[in-house]
Amino acid sequence: MEEVRLMKGNEALAHAAIRYSADGYFGYPITPQSEVLETLEAEMPWDTTGMVVLQAESEIAAINMVYAGAACGKAVFTSSSSPGISLMQEGLSYIAASELPALIINVMRGGPGLGTIHPSQADYFQACKGGGHGDYHMIVLAPSSVQEMCDFVGLGWDLAFKYRTPAMILADGIVGQMMEKVVLPEQRPRRTEEEIRRQCPWAVTGKKGRKQNVGTSLELDDDKMEQNNLRFQRTYREIEKNEIRCECTNTLDCDYLLVAFGSIARICEKVMEMAAEEGLKLGIVRPITLWPFPYAQIAEAAKGVKGILTVELDAGQMIEDVKLAVNCNIEVKHYGRMGGNVPTPDEVLNALKELFINEKK
Amino acid sequence: MDINDIIKPENRIYKRPSLLTDSHMHYCPGCSHGVVHKLIAEIIEEMGMEESAIGVAPVGCAVFAYNYIDVDFVEAAHGRAPALATAIKRLQPDKLVFTYQGDGDLAAIGTGETIHAANRGENIAIIFINNAIYGMTGGQMAPTTLLGMKTATTPYGRRADLNGYPLAISNLVAQLDGSCYVTRQSVQSPAAVRKAKAAIRKAFENSMAGKGTSMVEIVSTCNSGWKLTPEQSNKWMEEHMFAKYPLGDLKNV
Ligand SMILES: Cc1ncc(C[n+]2csc(CCOP(=O)(O)OP(=O)(O)O)c2C)c(N)n1
Ligand code: SF4
Repeated sequence: MEEVRLMKGNEALAHAAIRYSADGYFGYPITPQSEVLETLEAEMPWDTTGMVVLQAESEIAAINMVYAGAACGKAVFTSSSSPGISLMQEGLSYIAASELPALIINVMRGGPGLGTIHPSQADYFQACKGGGHGDYHMIVLAPSSVQEMCDFVGLGWDLAFKYRTPAMILADGIVGQMMEKVVLPEQRPRRTEEEIRRQCPWAVTGKKGRKQNVGTSLELDDDKMEQNNLRFQRTYREIEKNEIRCECTNTLDCDYLLVAFGSIARICEKVMEMAAEEGLKLGIVRPITLWPFPYAQIAEAAKGVKGILTVELDAGQMIEDVKLAVNCNIEVKHYGRMGGNVPTPDEVLNALKELFINEKK
Repeated sequence: MDINDIIKPENRIYKRPSLLTDSHMHYCPGCSHGVVHKLIAEIIEEMGMEESAIGVAPVGCAVFAYNYIDVDFVEAAHGRAPALATAIKRLQPDKLVFTYQGDGDLAAIGTGETIHAANRGENIAIIFINNAIYGMTGGQMAPTTLLGMKTATTPYGRRADLNGYPLAISNLVAQLDGSCYVTRQSVQSPAAVRKAKAAIRKAFENSMAGKGTSMVEIVSTCNSGWKLTPEQSNKWMEEHMFAKYPLGDLKNV
């Protein structure tokens, strides 16, 4: 049964995973996302759905557990925050190269280094441009509400299994920590071993009635390894064709365009309202998939605008993709806060005026 | 008596295990890896676990173990095999799950995964090839390299003041409450091979019985890395390796 609850984004991730019939979670505590593991341990899903929950000895161990679980055809996931996700990069590259479905959640905090436990979006490059080694991509989903934290767990797994590729929920610390109403989906049954054998004929389940299956990314024959790479690239082109998601608000008739993702897109809604009171028409594009990036949608929304402002909790990362989207034909500027600071709507509106309007006078 | 009276199926006392594939092994002649592979294939077949065995291959000379042992496998990142095995066994408790790892994989980069999997008492078997060197990357120092031993990165011999001491990690694992069986074996003679086989079988049986983590260390040779002939290697191992890594059970509960 669906259920309406009030909870934190991080808690919603845990509840959603159980209800979306997760087989296993492997994670290591780090602020601001420790509630995911805490909630799972408190819910004890091993007694109800049979889901495995394990506090690993490190993020390196956790991602490698996810790699193995994915190779078994299981719906497995991990969650962490920025420094922990850095530790997982080798494992992510292995998962992508072994063509395995897995869900990874990064509730971002401020960096670089140990940085701060407060919110950030500065892992955009790492998530979208391939933080680990080699030519690979992950599907990157950016939730802006607790409801999306919940919904993207199911969406992430669906996409990961459809394309046999890792998917990441890239949330900022605000979405992880804030409390909102959320509609939790009804409980799905976990797949049986027979169903997994049928749906994932590649899965490592013991070679009953078939030839050996091997989960591996190793191929020392140069031509075969090149073929593998070409196959990965074909999958990425398919994903780019089919899976771009974004939300456009007021983009048909606006003077300036704001581009922001995650919780910052919601701050931009307030900016848009405040600007309208002053007679300034703003539109917002909120990329929901950060990879694949909504280049065409932004180009369309940008038609006729006087300028584009990207608002980010970083020094300007997504702005590079927005510039690509409009081929630098329109002026694109960036306003960002760092160190765990979050801009107020006033601040963003003033920045827009400073950067585009007052300057021109 | 005609030779055909002797060569009959009922007289057969030894055969290639059916799970050992026909693939040409890439191991150097004289290397211990091939012998241990054969034992694993033989034991899985004898236990009737062909359809439910899942191996985890390391990064090291045995990275292609799955090309030789014909059961399902996952190929781990360097050192992470016990983490992979943990997840596989927890998600599929009815399977026989084992790792196969070298000393660099298990006792250097993967020390954390080894200790913690064993400390959690994961119901897995760890097969540990201790050849005191990094075979695959060309013979560099391993954590298990003996003092004075020359390697590519200790060209004048391992020095305690520069490189620390050889690590007897099995002794550490034996201290942990989660391990149930830790033993040190070798495969340089028929008698040793028979003992090693019994040890691996016991480790596999323990993991199916849910007794905790079992680890079988095989003190091994790497004649290419050691720059000795296979025969000299066996002798060198007996004379030098066994002093630091004495054979026998370290724990059996
Ligand atoms: C993260 C990472 N670091 C380093 C390597 C390079 N590397 C491959 S095998 C190996 C050492 C293997 O030695 P050992 O585990 O003793 O196995 P052996 O080859 O002797 O059987 C190293 C350092 C790697 N593949 N991945
Ligand atoms: S390099 Fe050493 S460990 Fe590797 S196959 Fe050759 S003898 Fe064996």
